[in-house]
Amino acid sequence: MSHRTEGVNTERQSMIAQKMLTTNKRQKTENISGKTIAMICAGLLVIVVLSITYFIASKGLSTFFVDGVSFKEFLTHDKWDPEGEPSAYGVLPFILGSFFVTALAALIAAPLGIGAAIFMTEIFPGFGKKVLKPVIELLVGIPSVVYGYVGLTLLVPFIREQFDVLGFSLLAGGLVLALMILPTITSVAADAIEAVPQDLRNASLALGATRWQTIWNVVLHSALPGCLTAIVLGMSRAFGEALAVQMVIGNTTKLPGGLLEPISTLTSGITLNMGNTIQGTPYNNALWSMALLLLAMSFIFIVILRLLGRKRLAK
Amino acid sequence: MSVLTMQETIIQTNNVNVYYGEKHAVKNISMDIEKNSVTAFIGPSGCGKSTLLRSLNRMNDLVPSCRVEGSIIVDGIDINSSQVNIESLRQVVGMVFQRANPFFKSIYENIAFAPRFHGMTNKRDLDELVESSLRKAALWDEVKDRLRDSALSLSGGQQQRLCIARAIAMQPTILLLDEPASALDPISTMKIEELVMQLKDEYTIVIVTHNLHQAARISEKTAFFLMGELIEMDETGKIFTSPENEKTEAYISGRFG
Repeated sequence: MSHRTEGVNTERQSMIAQKMLTTNKRQKTENISGKTIAMICAGLLVIVVLSITYFIASKGLSTFFVDGVSFKEFLTHDKWDPEGEPSAYGVLPFILGSFFVTALAALIAAPLGIGAAIFMTEIFPGFGKKVLKPVIELLVGIPSVVYGYVGLTLLVPFIREQFDVLGFSLLAGGLVLALMILPTITSVAADAIEAVPQDLRNASLALGATRWQTIWNVVLHSALPGCLTAIVLGMSRAFGEALAVQMVIGNTTKLPGGLLEPISTLTSGITLNMGNTIQGTPYNNALWSMALLLLAMSFIFIVILRLLGRKRLAK
Repeated sequence: MSVLTMQETIIQTNNVNVYYGEKHAVKNISMDIEKNSVTAFIGPSGCGKSTLLRSLNRMNDLVPSCRVEGSIIVDGIDINSSQVNIESLRQVVGMVFQRANPFFKSIYENIAFAPRFHGMTNKRDLDELVESSLRKAALWDEVKDRLRDSALSLSGGQQQRLCIARAIAMQPTILLLDEPASALDPISTMKIEELVMQLKDEYTIVIVTHNLHQAARISEKTAFFLMGELIEMDETGKIFTSPENEKTEAYISGRFG
């Protein structure tokens, strides 16, 4: 009796064992080909990024290593005259122009954007979700040339009449950029604020805090890394924007002197001059160096965003 | 007789009905809650006990579809009357939630949160209040060396005691505890129970719990709710040994719920 049971068991076991030892060929090939395709895609992406970086770096660095422009002079001198005799390659006006116009845009757009985010998540969530959010998404989708055109047609003449100046100015650039990055800041900040657990709001209200105290001290405080992320994202967009800025900023290569004076940025400097230069000339290479600076800045923005993201996770 | 006259009612509900939209969640409840005692609300899920609790500090105001009828009298004042300042009411009637919900701030800042809003700015006063609140919540010895650490570095049980300390720091008269130990392990639960028993000398405590043993251990009065109705409310000993209503008996003996 026991012998027979054992026999059946062994037979069954061997069937199970056999099943476990066989490989489904289709599954196997699918698995391998899937993996390969995914790896090729990822590999292509890495190659593209690396080769673009290499290309920009090799072009941009040849200003210093081939054409013998001093790196310090490039960054700190304010005279930009690549075609002059002797030529001068000081890009400080562009760098400062980019920073100032970005800072101005962030200064205007950050409070407005976060305020709007609070309004649409905390104060009127119904209206916010149904009306404001789609409108803001629409604003993100408007091409930058349209923003620039509007700025050129409305803002520049307005500033000209109000202040009796040229109109093309740091102020105009900052305002147009602020308008452009406002939707980005608003929607990212709104997501961050919405992600704050309802429990925390309840806790605050149950402790006798008013709605405003709750929003300010609990909700915004908890969403702070997310709001900073929103601002940095907006700033990186503003820093890299070329077209809209170029249309309203005046493109005068000199150090920014005031809100109402025309200036240049790194991006507008590149787009305006690149058509006039010949590949391989020091002038052309200098523009590539400016592109390299932009690349370095966007790298820094990404690092900041990563650090903020990590901070958010740590909480 | 003298014992009876000592007991003073602090919360009185008269024919309270609570609706969530069409749903009639709390039906015609009248009860008295005594000062400096622990009252437990028991009953199966959805019986209205938490809803009633949340009406006692008007947390239901946050739910747009919610409507409260009848009167809730705290220390002689109808809390739903227009003269009552809701923030001040919530200072008098503190609340601790089911899930520990410390702010993303330091331990110190969590405790100092409410006192700051209620006008305490002197640092020494705040320091003292933080210490006394943490002591009352039996947490001081565990955190005194790391008051500046994030409250989220505490364990779940510690976080819940922190939330109790945070509520104590606004010097309330009444503490509402909404299943404060249901997400905690047995040891942390025991600590919360010990804490509740200590706190009742100073505060009136109303606790919602699913744990019948907990209700039996820590409360003086127990109210049994079913389908939004108050079935029976009496001395805890009586509820658990010889309840008058057969539904109560069925529930406490584990035949349903």
